[in-house]
Amino acid sequence: MNSQPNGTAPVVSQHYKLAFSFRRFARTNSAQLGILGVFVTLWLIFIFSAPDTFLSPQIYSAFMSTIPFFAIMAIPLTIVVIAKEMDLSFPSIMAMGMVAFSFVYNGTAFIGNGTIRVFLAIIAALVAGTIIGWINGIIVVKFGIPSLVVTIGTQFFWRGAVLVLTSGTNFPLEYIKDTIFHPLLVGKIGGYFPMQMVWLIVITIIGWVMLNRHRFGAHIYLTGDNLNSAELMGVNTGRTRIQAFMLIGLVAAFAGVLYSFYIAYFWPSLGSGYLLNTLASVFLGGTSVFGGTGTILGTFFGAFIIGAIEAATVAIGLTGFWTQLIYGFIIVLSVIMHTYLRKRGE
Amino acid sequence: MEYRLELRNVSKSFGEVQALEDINFQLGQNEIVGLLGDNGAGKSTLIKIITGYHQPTTGEIYFNGQKVENLSVPKARELGVETVYQERALAELQTLWRNIFMGRELCNSMGFLDIQQMRDETHRLMTESMGFTSHAVSPDSRVGKYSGGEKQGVAIVRALFFEAEIIVLDEPTMGLSLKESAKLVNFVKGIKEARKSAIFIDHNIFHVYNVADRVVVIDRGRVAGEFLTASISVTELMEKMVRIAETGKFD
Repeated sequence: MNSQPNGTAPVVSQHYKLAFSFRRFARTNSAQLGILGVFVTLWLIFIFSAPDTFLSPQIYSAFMSTIPFFAIMAIPLTIVVIAKEMDLSFPSIMAMGMVAFSFVYNGTAFIGNGTIRVFLAIIAALVAGTIIGWINGIIVVKFGIPSLVVTIGTQFFWRGAVLVLTSGTNFPLEYIKDTIFHPLLVGKIGGYFPMQMVWLIVITIIGWVMLNRHRFGAHIYLTGDNLNSAELMGVNTGRTRIQAFMLIGLVAAFAGVLYSFYIAYFWPSLGSGYLLNTLASVFLGGTSVFGGTGTILGTFFGAFIIGAIEAATVAIGLTGFWTQLIYGFIIVLSVIMHTYLRKRGE
Repeated sequence: MEYRLELRNVSKSFGEVQALEDINFQLGQNEIVGLLGDNGAGKSTLIKIITGYHQPTTGEIYFNGQKVENLSVPKARELGVETVYQERALAELQTLWRNIFMGRELCNSMGFLDIQQMRDETHRLMTESMGFTSHAVSPDSRVGKYSGGEKQGVAIVRALFFEAEIIVLDEPTMGLSLKESAKLVNFVKGIKEARKSAIFIDHNIFHVYNVADRVVVIDRGRVAGEFLTASISVTELMEKMVRIAETGKFD
């Protein structure tokens, strides 16, 4: 405390570096190592109980086809939860993005070129998702209403908007198969590796960099940890949270585009099955509902655990009725594990 | 000589509640001003106006004779105001380096963090300024597990790392041991020697009397009076404080 009270930072010639210690590494990364442990353990159980299924490459191709649709939304949702907010409206944003998509596609018939029309439609979907996220953020920040409550409301509102605007009808999207965007978004590399998995990896990396290497992520952690401290120290907590809601809106709309391209069909109920899977991925991955802690990598593994359980239950020889019971069991156990690890880490 | 900081006719109300009324306050160059007043007198509100956290309902704020409009926390920091808050303003689940650089992370023009430099600086401040020798404390350790004195050390060093011209200390001795408090009082004297200005708020009248050049007494949202510590004894000041708390008047 007895320093000279002046402030310029002298240039440090020597870098501060701690010698590597396995114990410290384990402590600082306990959440990620914990969920990795659950992941590997479950995987080994699956391999031993159903070797025919889990030693063949087809099952992994299937996982990589279906899991990314909700896993990519779990990445920005992790950022929202670290900022001590919640979003339950993203499944409706998926569908609303596709409504914007079809409006723009149908409204640009004069262009003639299908690829340009689909491109404009995709942009429209992403813009719509971002705007809906912005509206969520504005209501939460400017009116000071808890985001759990706000997004329960907007979730109904935007699902309702989808039903009103489409009159509740479903329609095929066969035309997208003639454009470059179909192989680019949901094609298979070498007939095996699904493009949606590539997009999941890209979004995971971008999410990780933003959270850990960018000022935005630093402000997300500070906002979620202690809103008052962050404000006293000049962090614009309102803007940070609004940006987080915009991010999940953008990615949810993208997930809606991916899934609709995958099945080449639009259902007004698009996304409604993804709410709990996505939330479970985030919490399974060790992100705390109290804000301030959480990791992208944990969520990534969490999503694959959630996505694999359903297939695994059937492959092991149990009936599909067991799926939810096993889900619940693993989620509760993992959350207990994370709480324990967090207390030890403090 | 122009004042480092001046408030003219500043009032602040929160809805129906009038927290501050017609405050005139000056802080000179290289002056330490002590703020005294009972709980709820309006000291913290006054501080939060100076640091840009609250905006005054009416009145004007001048820095070095220049009027400043719409003062915000980042703007006050640019003007050289650094604050050690009563509540310490730490994020306890985050690492030390994230706390030291809270709200003004070192980053490039694209907003990407320079983590290595922040950790280096934190390590230097830790060893040179905070006097942390414990092995539990490193730039990557979480602030939540520190002792009260260590947490206060973080809050103070953070205020000093950046170009501070005016240092605001809001109840800095709260929760500190006797030894740590004495260290803090010495530190405030160091601000004077470094030719900076400070505003020092404390419940302990002796701490304030020992370091301040001038004492401003706030009562029920108004400036009740001011005294040069050179021309009043600590016993007289005590008597006046008690009287004002009871009657609202000095004499």
